[in-house]
Order: sequence, then C-alpha cells, then structure tokens
Amino acid sequence: MNLTDLTACQWRDALREGRTSSREATDACLAAIERLNPILRAFLSVDADGARRCADEVDRRRAAREPLGLLAGIPVAVKDNMCTADGQPTTCASRILGSWRAPYDAHVVERLRAEGAVIVGKTNLDEFAMGSSTENSAFGTTRNPWDTERVPGGSSGGSAAAVAARMVPFALGSDTGGSIRQPAALCGVVGLKPTYGRVSRYGLVAFASSLDQIGPFGRTVADAALLLQATAGHDPRDSTSVSEKDQPVPDYLAALDEPVLPLRIGVPREFFGAGLDPEVEAVVRAALAVYERLGARLVEVSLPHSTEFAIATYYIVATSEASSNLARYDGVHYGRRSSDHADMIDMYMRSRAQGFGDEVKRRIMLGTYALSAGYYDAYYKKALRVRRLIRRDFEEAFRRVDCIMGPTSPTAAFRIGERAADPLAMYLSDVYTVSANLAAIPGASLPCGFTRAGLPVGLQILSDVFTEDRLLRIARMYERETDWSGRAPPLAAGPTARRGGAA
Amino acid sequence: MALSREEVLKVATLSRIRLTGGEEERFATQLSAILEYVDKLRGLDTEAVEPLAHALPIHNVLRPDEPRPSLAPDQALGGAPERAGDCFKVPRVLDEDAGA
Repeated sequence: MNLTDLTACQWRDALREGRTSSREATDACLAAIERLNPILRAFLSVDADGARRCADEVDRRRAAREPLGLLAGIPVAVKDNMCTADGQPTTCASRILGSWRAPYDAHVVERLRAEGAVIVGKTNLDEFAMGSSTENSAFGTTRNPWDTERVPGGSSGGSAAAVAARMVPFALGSDTGGSIRQPAALCGVVGLKPTYGRVSRYGLVAFASSLDQIGPFGRTVADAALLLQATAGHDPRDSTSVSEKDQPVPDYLAALDEPVLPLRIGVPREFFGAGLDPEVEAVVRAALAVYERLGARLVEVSLPHSTEFAIATYYIVATSEASSNLARYDGVHYGRRSSDHADMIDMYMRSRAQGFGDEVKRRIMLGTYALSAGYYDAYYKKALRVRRLIRRDFEEAFRRVDCIMGPTSPTAAFRIGERAADPLAMYLSDVYTVSANLAAIPGASLPCGFTRAGLPVGLQILSDVFTEDRLLRIARMYERETDWSGRAPPLAAGPTARRGGAA
Repeated sequence: MALSREEVLKVATLSRIRLTGGEEERFATQLSAILEYVDKLRGLDTEAVEPLAHALPIHNVLRPDEPRPSLAPDQALGGAPERAGDCFKVPRVLDEDAGA
C-alpha cells in the first residue's frame, strides 16, 4: 500500500502512533504531485520548501510532546481563490491577478496553520470560481484523474482532482452554485458545502457574497468532517459568519458512526426529470435502495422552483453580485494594469479586457445588465422574490423529511471542450446544486458508483440549515455499506511513496 | 430578450470592459441566449412575495468604533502597479484646469 492511499484520519492515527512522520507524509504527497501534476494540472503552485519546513516543525513538536492541533502534520491543498500570505501567489486562475501575493491569510488558512496542517499548494479552478469544468482557468484546465480526456468538474476542479488522484488526502474548495459538490461527483470523492455562514469567507476572494461558502473535499466522510471541524466557526472579520452563541459548532466526528434512524429521505421529482442521464439515474437509485435496506423511508417530495427556475435565479443573483465584487479589479491598487491606456477610465476598460477571460466578462456584463436602471426590477428584484420561493420549497420539504437526496450532477464527467462553446449547456451542469446555495442550506456529494465507462457518479444529500452533523452521519450510513473510496483511478496507483511502516 | 450590438456595447461600458473585434457580436449572441433563458422567471407569480437578498436572518453586524491594527502601508502597497511614496500612482483624474 502506498502512503498516499492513507486517508487523512489514517494519517492522523499513524502520526499519533509514531508509525510515520509528517515529513514522510509530506514527501509522499510531493512525490505524487511531481509525478501526476504535469498530467493533471491540479495544482497551480506547490510550496515544497514551505511544506517540508512545516512538516519538520510538527515532527519536532510531536517528539517534544508539545501540544498539537487537530490536523497536525497532515498535508492539505487549498483552492487558489483563498488568500495565502506565505509567498505563494493567489491567482484565482486569472490573468488579472497573475502573480499577486496576498498580504494576509484567509481565515480558513489561518485555521489550517493553527491546527498544524501542512499546506502543500494551491489548486486550479475556473477563473474567479465561475464555471463547472475548470476549463475557464487562465492557466490551463485540470484533467479528470479517471479519464484525462474529461473535465474534473468545477469550479473547484483542482482540489477535487488532487484528492481523487491521491496527491493530498484532503483539500479545501469553495461552492457558490455547486463548485464543491459537482467536481466531487465527477471525480468520485466526498465534497461538502456547509450552511451559509458556517465557515468564514474572510480571505476567500468574493464571487457572489450571499452564496459563496468554503468546504472540504476528502475521499471519506470522516476526512471531510475533520476538515470541516478545523474550519467551522465564527469569525468577526466576516460579518455574515454566524455567531457560535446562536449556532455552536458541534463535534462532527464524535457520533459520525451513529446511523440516523428513523430516516425520512425526500426524493424530489424535479431532480429525476428530463436531462438526467439514465446511467447516472440508475446508479443513484441503487444508492437510495441501500438506504431503504438500512431502514430509511423514501418520500416523494416536490421542489417546484428548484431546477430550471433556480438556474435562472442563480444566473441573475450570482452575476449581479459578481459584477459588484469584481469591480475592484481595475488596475489601480493591485493586479494587472494595462500599459496602453489613454486615461483613467480607459485604464479600467483595458486592464479588465486584457485581464479577464470570456466567462468572467459574460457574467460581469449579465450582472451589470440585470442591475441597470430599467431592468433592476424585472431581473434582480424578480430573482430575489423567486429566491424566497426556493427557500420556502426547502422549508416545506424539511417539515416532512430529514434530508433530500438525488443525483449531484445530471451527467458524469463530460469531455474537455464539449460544452465550452455553449455557456448555457455548461450552466445546466449545476441544475441540482444551485438551489442549495440560494436557500443557504448545506449539501454534500458522495461517491455512489460508476458508469459503465468507469466514470464516477455522485449522490447529493441536502439537509436543513446548520445540520451538518446529521448530514455527515447520514452520508456515513451509506459509506459503511459500500467501498467506493477504496477504488483509485488507475493513474494514481503506482510506487510513489517510500516504503514506510504506516498502516 | 435579444441584445443588440449597441446594447452590448453600453453594458460593456458600464462594466468597464473594453470589447474588441468580433467580441460584441459573440457576446451579444451568448448574452441574448442566457437572457432568454432567465426570462422564464416572468412566468412565475411573485406578486405577494418579498425579495430575499440574504437567506440567513443576520442584520447590522457592527463592532465598537475603535481603531484596530490593519495592513501596514508597505503591505497595502505591495501589489501596486505603480507607486509614489505611500500612494498608488494612477493616471490623471481631474482636468488640468479643475480647481486646486
């Protein structure tokens, strides 16, 4: 067994028991990255020296019996839209930031460091988190480890691929309309979007401020729970982060193996309609059957505003917020400044034209249009009213069921280039995921099988606000009956690690 | 809702994005298709529904008006494309004969 086959929880145990060192773990990951990143392009930057220094320091502290954090010595990756002040760039996969170095760490990055995690590098994404395939990265697309002609999903494609290919045991991503859950599904890993407000957005480069959330990727539910534990909680620097008096952070790991029974699972008819690939449907329904065997009851529910109307709502609300958030990239204070401008306004216009990719330009223009005089009521305000209807759909459903399940993505991973020419076709990849962001509820994707072509399929589980502990237990129920995380993509197998005494 | 080339140009100007070459045509087509899709919201009756800007009931989060440490000038200016002392250097904003 390769060292990199260990899960984060297994690393934690092996490190505690002295069967391996953090330096060994880190070197194993760095070797895997060196071997696989030229093929997969999951990482935009790798900080080998910094990682080794951090690992050595944890090993020293452990040997000296000094107190250690929750993630002590475990390698982790961070999506490149989260600020790291350690000398690595924070690019958001955009030319407009290029080699920008953040002057501060994001809250979640501070948390990782405080808990002793070893940050090995920054992962690739769709530019400014806008996309569902990572093809919108200005620095090349990431490839799906299960089939390198296919996309890993997006926008957190780099983090999903890095975990799936066992380059790191876990990673952080961000989810605004499905950007953790959908790549998790396409790459066959666990991905969780917490309730809005559960994890601080301070230092997460803003795309849509009322929708963005940071969350974990892991190969197992326990690994995702561990990373969530380290990052959840109030942060006074994010005024939308929920107070722990109102919503204390539970222990996500303590009761993880306790099944949730009785369990009523809502199955929305709208999540099984036209556009869903029949193979994906069959795999997901087989997963639902496993829950039934465990004693859960499937209940048909309706979320009438949650699919097409949610996509329409999302592409007005998110783009409107983005048009405001991305106004700061103007060449004045940081980032790319044009060199051929005639005056200040021209500087804005050229810097942005040269620095932003097409998808970012499209979304900024859409948002600007939706907010502009004469259109604000018909588009933006209308979308906000429908947002309330979407939230009500979930409130009503959660009166009758404990969670909602369905496919995370209507299809398995599509080919690179297949949807690039049709923005709308690309947007529909998020048809089952966007409603959770609009309603602020948490959601996770867990691997539940493969298509005949060997492509992963994800089961999406949604639950009520601030019930991540229950959601994780529900996910764990299924995971215990199956072993999808044991299957590695063929290119991740291979002698990448030194022989060690671990596990 | 089809966007004309002129409307795209107007939106691009508001967005402070300079469009060149065939971009106006291309974006007009793509944006029109997306706007046509989002128009399906018109079919929903939202007469009695209040807008929901924020899905969680968090309001007016304030802190005491006390100065706190923030970025040092060198940190803040660290990414400046052009710097003059402790200032970000930018193209002239005012006309030469605007008031001092």
